[in-house]
Amino acid sequence: MIQTQDVLPNVPNQEEDISNLERVWRRGRGLFGWLSVTTHQAIGMRYIVTAFVMLLVGGIEALLMRIQLAKPNNTFLNPDLYNQIFTTHGTTMMFLFAVPMMEGMAIYLVPLMCGTRNVAFPRLNAFGYWMFLGGVLFLYWGVFTGAAPDMGWFAYPPLSGPQFTPGKRTDVWAQMITFTEFSALCVATEIVVTILKMRTPGMTLNRIPLYVWSLLIQSFMVIFAMPAIVVASSYLLSDRTIGTHFVNPAEGGDPLLYQHIFWFFGHPEVYIIFIPALGFVSAIVSANARREVFGYPAMVLSQIANGFIAFGLWVHHMFATGLPQIGEAFFTASSMMIAITSGVQIFCWIATLWTGRPRMTTSLYFVYGFIAIFVLGGMTGVMLASVPLDLQVHDTYFVIAHFHYVLIGGAVFPLFGAFYHWFPKMTGRLMSERLGRWNFWVLFIGFNLTFFPMHILGLKGMPRRVYTYPPEVGWGSISQLATLGAFIIAIGGIMFLANVFMSRKTGSVAGNNPWEADSLEWAASSPPAPYNFEYLPVATTRTPMWVPREERAFVTGLRTDRREVLVTTLMDAEPHHRYVLPGSSIWPFITAITVTIGFIGSVFNPWYIISGSILTFFGLLGWFWPRRSTEIRDEAGVRA
Amino acid sequence: MTSYGRAAKLLCFAAFTDALAFCATDAQSVVNPVGPQSGKIAGLWWFFFWLLGAIFLLVMVAALWTLTRPNRGLAQEPLEGTHQVSQETESRATRVVTGASIATVVILFVLIVASVSTGKGLAELPYKKNTLTIEVMGTQWWWNITYQNSDSSLVFTTANEIHIPTGRPVQIRGLSNDVIHSFWVPNLHGKADFIPSRVNTEWIQADKPGVYRGQCAEFCGLQHAHMIIYVIAETPENFRKWYEHQLQPAGQPSDPTTQRGQQVFMNNACVYCHQIRGTDAAGQNGPDLTHFGSRLGIAANTVPNTPGNLGGWIADPQSTKPGNHMATVAVNSADMQPLINYLESLK
Repeated sequence: MIQTQDVLPNVPNQEEDISNLERVWRRGRGLFGWLSVTTHQAIGMRYIVTAFVMLLVGGIEALLMRIQLAKPNNTFLNPDLYNQIFTTHGTTMMFLFAVPMMEGMAIYLVPLMCGTRNVAFPRLNAFGYWMFLGGVLFLYWGVFTGAAPDMGWFAYPPLSGPQFTPGKRTDVWAQMITFTEFSALCVATEIVVTILKMRTPGMTLNRIPLYVWSLLIQSFMVIFAMPAIVVASSYLLSDRTIGTHFVNPAEGGDPLLYQHIFWFFGHPEVYIIFIPALGFVSAIVSANARREVFGYPAMVLSQIANGFIAFGLWVHHMFATGLPQIGEAFFTASSMMIAITSGVQIFCWIATLWTGRPRMTTSLYFVYGFIAIFVLGGMTGVMLASVPLDLQVHDTYFVIAHFHYVLIGGAVFPLFGAFYHWFPKMTGRLMSERLGRWNFWVLFIGFNLTFFPMHILGLKGMPRRVYTYPPEVGWGSISQLATLGAFIIAIGGIMFLANVFMSRKTGSVAGNNPWEADSLEWAASSPPAPYNFEYLPVATTRTPMWVPREERAFVTGLRTDRREVLVTTLMDAEPHHRYVLPGSSIWPFITAITVTIGFIGSVFNPWYIISGSILTFFGLLGWFWPRRSTEIRDEAGVRA
Repeated sequence: MTSYGRAAKLLCFAAFTDALAFCATDAQSVVNPVGPQSGKIAGLWWFFFWLLGAIFLLVMVAALWTLTRPNRGLAQEPLEGTHQVSQETESRATRVVTGASIATVVILFVLIVASVSTGKGLAELPYKKNTLTIEVMGTQWWWNITYQNSDSSLVFTTANEIHIPTGRPVQIRGLSNDVIHSFWVPNLHGKADFIPSRVNTEWIQADKPGVYRGQCAEFCGLQHAHMIIYVIAETPENFRKWYEHQLQPAGQPSDPTTQRGQQVFMNNACVYCHQIRGTDAAGQNGPDLTHFGSRLGIAANTVPNTPGNLGGWIADPQSTKPGNHMATVAVNSADMQPLINYLESLK
């Protein structure tokens, strides 16, 4: 026996089962093996690492901008470079860091928390990652060849149209969006099916951990929001490449149509990023307050309501375009409703901490930081929902302050908390708590020093996306303060990296459940075996890891000589049938390359869509080619 | 409360409002309103600010209060190893959370009502009498301004500077002929996006004479940062004088240098883009220069209008405002000073 869950059922053939699992779930060796991996921990980790690199890159871009803005009439960056950098910063942070990072954490954690062995469609999962990587490489190929987008991350036409931004910059942006759409839709499908059909027996709907709930809601949002951006970016691309007339006013198209469609995606996108982060907060709070999160039904319903309301308030990004008053009032009210559902969740967490016995781990520090920053961002969000106030502060540094408060406060602080919380699960070692606390304070102070002054800049009339400003407007000293803060954030980032690298080597060994947390991922070894659990743990309560060891139940009798998992019913998670997951395969990687050829080529020549599709057909042929492998034979055996 | 406490509270309050008031000193500030529109918005802003600020502090106090929890000693819940909380504690928490949630809903209703009624207030201006209509067209990267009148002999064009009489409602009719721009003079009102193929209007009024700075607020390309507009509010008499003067064609140069300058202008590519009423120059691509010498700035107010800045701008437009659409016209050095003198004489 190599690895083990904390408790194992008393069954015969245990040794044989485990050696079978080791053999069947083994990852391939060498480069070929690495490219063929389909286990969720490996794919999730690739997402996490890639997205983290993107966070660092986006952060460096932010520092360059802050240097340029540190003093009036600065010439550190010329306007062309500045416009490329702010566009790439926004694009990177939204599409290549925040969303993929949340997806990566989900792919890693959801199967573990649901008590199963892998996601529902492992090959699609691998394919999704390769598509995401294609988007990353394409955008940064553009950056290093001078074809970085320079029209802002929401690419409003006509500025992004063929007349005003000729060249390939906008096409690179729009096609990068296509890559990330693909990847996000793959992950969303995985997550929805995994949560609805592969939960371990006993994990009824009202026992699903709040983090898993948040991912279920987020994935449905992805499925409904992404098609809108598919439409928007396709309109834009076809206007640019084949001269269609969707959103180009010079050809009779409507630029406002683009804004509506873009924000119908763009606003839910923000919630797609921060709803999983609220899930992190729930997990961290319950583990460290040592009681389950107060008001489970209220939490779940608030999150679901958040998901719905998110689709009804996109127009608050467009108040300055001139809308009829009744429409404005409607979108003011719908935007403010978010404060109710978010408020309920904040109150529930505070009540949990208040009635529990909080243990001040670093991850809980990050939760407190989250509450402070996110609530402030929420307050400015309520201000932005008001049409008259929005008309003044829209597109100013006030808005920049607001969305960094909600996105960094609402998503990145919980994310760092999550790193500290789950690092031991992922690596087997604890991160340094001492350095972690320093890390928290440096980030917290740096963050507020950077972004709080931006509220004042906005009120003093500083618009966003200006590459410089004259001295007489009086923005210099406040901007300098923000630049100083940005460098403090950078120091915080370096401290985090140092903590990761040091702790991986020398951190104290974590064991299965270092925080005595409640959810099932802590039943697996740290790091988890490729098959997660020798015997799937059964959820008899909402907090299965707090059930006394001797009372825990397990699924036995699943075959271990193939990648077999249990499919359960949607509502009550009762065992329904066995299902054999596909194993490692190189075909997702090959198919991703063929799709990439089509996508990238089509920016330069529409015929690449044809040749890319033909190549992709062969990729899919290989992917779905029936093989007389043991797995398939076994599947037939089960049916018999 | 003791008088000492009251004084301390007042002092705190004063220090805080002072700290905030330092943003109110500028000519491009949301919280330094000079007209009814920006005044109503600023009133709404302070209402939101104090109410939401107080709520923020309350939530912070509640959150930090939880930090005292581990040391509370007796009857610690949840009990070690059980993770259970007593029914009594749970129902007390339910009451508090429910109360806070209901309070949230009520407060949001108040805010919505305040916001919508301010919005209605902003829509009152068009119904006043004696209004003035100015058409403003955003273009990469300057503002073309036309004073409208039903009598076409009273229509004239200028650029990058709007003069308005105090106390009189002004309608800004916003257009764009290339990309989306956004007109924003914070001391007077919020933003109005100028979208090609559409007309968007905004009503402003200044009650105090002064120079108010505004700039494009929707990213519009390379020189978005240097698309500045001044709104100059004057007393009705001064405005009348300015207006009558603007209706006049440009004055004819009197001394030999400026006459030479006029020849230089007329014999060069300048005339293809710029109009000087009363001369042969009738270009429409660039700003109207009829009364250029009386304006505050050059290149959409990127730099102040001084002879030195003007010389630099004509000699090498790309160094003053990189990427702008003004052509570099080769003017030999002997002709430069006359040209500058001529343009500056166009008061």
